[in-house]
Amino acid sequence: MANLQSNFLGIKSPNPFWLASAPPTDKKINVIRAFEAGWGGVVWKTLGSQVKNVSSRYSALNYNGRKAVGFNNIELISDRPLEINLQEIREVLKLFPDRAMIISLMADNDRKSWHEMVKKAQDTGAHGLELNFGCPHGMVERGMGAAVGQDPEIAKMVVEWVMEVATIPVITKLTPNVHSAVPGGLAAIEGGTNALSLINTIQSVTGIDLDTLVPNPNVGGQSVFGGYCGPAVKPIALKMLTTLAQEERMRNIPISGIGGITTWKDAVEFMLLGASNVQVCTAAMISGFKIITDLCDGMSNWMDEKGYKSIDDFVGLSVPKITKWEELDINFHIVANIDQDKCIHCGLCYISCEDTSHQSIAVEKGNPYNTYTIKEEECVGCNLCKIVCPVNDCITMVEQRKGDEYLNWIEYQKRGLPLNDH
Amino acid sequence: MSIQNNRLSKEVLVEKFSDVHPPFEHAEGAAIEADRCINCYDAPCTKSCPTSIDVPLFIKQISSGNIKGSAKTIFTSNIMGGGCSKVCPVEKLCEGACVYNLLEEEPISIAKLQRYSTEKAIQGKWKLFERKPSNGKKVAVVGAGPAGLACAHALSLQGVDVTIFEKEEKGGGLMTYGVAAYKVTPEFCKDEVDYILSIGGIDVQYKKELGKDITLADLQKKYDAVFLGIGVGIARSLDIPGEDLDGVVDAISFIYDLRTNDYSKIAVGDNVAVIGMGMTAIDAATQSKRLGAKEVTMIYRRTENEKPCTDVELDLAKLDGCSFIWLASPKEITGENGKVKKLVCNKMKLGEPDASGRRAPVDTGETFTIDVDMVIKAAGQIPFEELVSKSSVQNKSGKISINNNGETNLKGVFAGGDSVNGGKEVVDAVQAGKDGAKGILGFLGVK
Repeated sequence: MANLQSNFLGIKSPNPFWLASAPPTDKKINVIRAFEAGWGGVVWKTLGSQVKNVSSRYSALNYNGRKAVGFNNIELISDRPLEINLQEIREVLKLFPDRAMIISLMADNDRKSWHEMVKKAQDTGAHGLELNFGCPHGMVERGMGAAVGQDPEIAKMVVEWVMEVATIPVITKLTPNVHSAVPGGLAAIEGGTNALSLINTIQSVTGIDLDTLVPNPNVGGQSVFGGYCGPAVKPIALKMLTTLAQEERMRNIPISGIGGITTWKDAVEFMLLGASNVQVCTAAMISGFKIITDLCDGMSNWMDEKGYKSIDDFVGLSVPKITKWEELDINFHIVANIDQDKCIHCGLCYISCEDTSHQSIAVEKGNPYNTYTIKEEECVGCNLCKIVCPVNDCITMVEQRKGDEYLNWIEYQKRGLPLNDH
Repeated sequence: MSIQNNRLSKEVLVEKFSDVHPPFEHAEGAAIEADRCINCYDAPCTKSCPTSIDVPLFIKQISSGNIKGSAKTIFTSNIMGGGCSKVCPVEKLCEGACVYNLLEEEPISIAKLQRYSTEKAIQGKWKLFERKPSNGKKVAVVGAGPAGLACAHALSLQGVDVTIFEKEEKGGGLMTYGVAAYKVTPEFCKDEVDYILSIGGIDVQYKKELGKDITLADLQKKYDAVFLGIGVGIARSLDIPGEDLDGVVDAISFIYDLRTNDYSKIAVGDNVAVIGMGMTAIDAATQSKRLGAKEVTMIYRRTENEKPCTDVELDLAKLDGCSFIWLASPKEITGENGKVKKLVCNKMKLGEPDASGRRAPVDTGETFTIDVDMVIKAAGQIPFEELVSKSSVQNKSGKISINNNGETNLKGVFAGGDSVNGGKEVVDAVQAGKDGAKGILGFLGVK
């Protein structure tokens, strides 16, 4: 059995799955249920200045009958009294000493407020702090959350304030609502943060009620941009994570990966791209805490299958495999192949290629089943047919190199080889 | 042993004759099923539908919440798409061709989805079609069955004024009078006919029978064109001794009675033999059982492999507790006091393939006898040969001959449906009606 033990900045947890700072970690009752279900740790929902929430708060993007492939919220930081939160954190720490307890913080934008907040949080005995520089709504208007994260200078200043009094590890949570997460991340590091986490939610409008014409979520006939999360944001989160993982100046800074993680496969992908552990929220909100069972079990079985003894064995292994376009091998060439025994004659490969790609599939009409074959000389190896094919391994991409040697764009140009030749 | 009615209580009868294929109870159910559809290109389901309904499109429209568009997609190809969703043998048509079958998965419930959209349209009386202003052309349609209605609707849509002559009191043809009641209810048939006629421009003259109340020559004179959708007639006779005994009935009359009377009034025997293994035979057998017959035995001269009904239909009869005697051909019906008592059958074996491509049944010379008190003949129907021949319409043993435009040997007289093909599915008749309308519009020069 693989060892799922996680050690993030010295904060130990039985597995690398923490619940992200969000509604599921707002109260003792939730967190106890999560720990009983088996979660490795929690980042307690952000403590900070006084707020007042509205109703409704969530909306979702449904696609082809699947509910909530994307999820959106306009909820603010914890709206419970600070003292109650701190007391409950102490109680949970006593009940579950083996789990990671991180407290998310967002103080008013002055040194004194941050100092007070950090001290109060540390006094609970929590294992770490996470600075919320990412909340995209409500707090931004008051100069907090993403307003901090979007300005590297302010971010650096706030981190410095925190580090002046912090006695436990500090993670800075970055906003994705920027063209690049790198400047904010570097600023936090310059400010002294011990680790980074990303992504927070992405500003969004999930849809509009076509009867009332009010966008979702509807608050008394009005709406507001919300924070987008769930499976739909995973690819964006993975990209932002990779930009941090590839940054030389961040080499020794651990990253906690967040963004649409729903299955153990998602978690493995985040870790392969440099996350030392992961945080989950939406999947638990949609399905309950029980999903932790398969998150752990699936990762463990995969590790056994691949021979990884501990999670550190595979963290970051895919980072070097993402390169610059100009370094890709132009001589690498693949063409599609349709396994006629597996083909169910749905024609999806044909129509996608014919209508929108390279007209590389031939059709021989039949009744009722047509036969589809690849025109190899036309196929550019784009993968579209394989993507739309509903049958596993029916369409495979077969390597047919254009040349033996590795040849990238820079070299290609140097040699004056033909362009626009398809 | 006797033939009697009122065998079961009203409540039991209502339950036994309730919908054999219940609809989606909730919109979510339809949406989940619609989302399973992968929307094939040049879809095998569409190609397997005689009326070429764009199945992936109408399913996608259910999925997107465009139910109105979905209903229009169906009705544009098949104006009886509502009834067809209940009576089509989809297992050998659209659903049989669904690519999921090739993955050994359940095919998309195309009929059930089609029913979902069309029932909403019919119940809601959605106005999906607007007929063009009248162009002054007048066409007579004989028969308000699926072929006649489809033809009339297509003609009216283009501004032709149509008069339908129907010998019965209601429209719908065999849909109304010849299909098992647990597939389509008489109420649904009426609603469907009303819905089709709601386009306007179609006047239906009921209780007007060709050859009796009207003549073809007359219609030719009074109208710019005529469409014959007269269907087929009574059940093929067995041509065996005892066929005139009390208790021998033909399946079409039996089902007709069921469709026009209260179930409790329909008499059925203790031991019923049904001759034949087509859809009508199955309908007659299952309904006899549901009326309270103790034993229903279906007798067919070939084996299960050659049966004309589908597996799904056969399963219906099996689940109703009918029994089957394969490779048996009726030889004689014997009686007592003029009433059916026994059925004597020849034992058959399979010989060489016949014209249908199926192996022909050959008499072995051996016989067996079963006790029965009712025999239902369902060995196919025969065309109105005498009626057709009298009108000098060219035909082959009563089946009307038409050219590629749907026209008969008489100029301006078109035909289609069972009266041409000898008896096929409702959906085939609808397509024949459309083809006839197309031919007529060309003939009239209507664009």
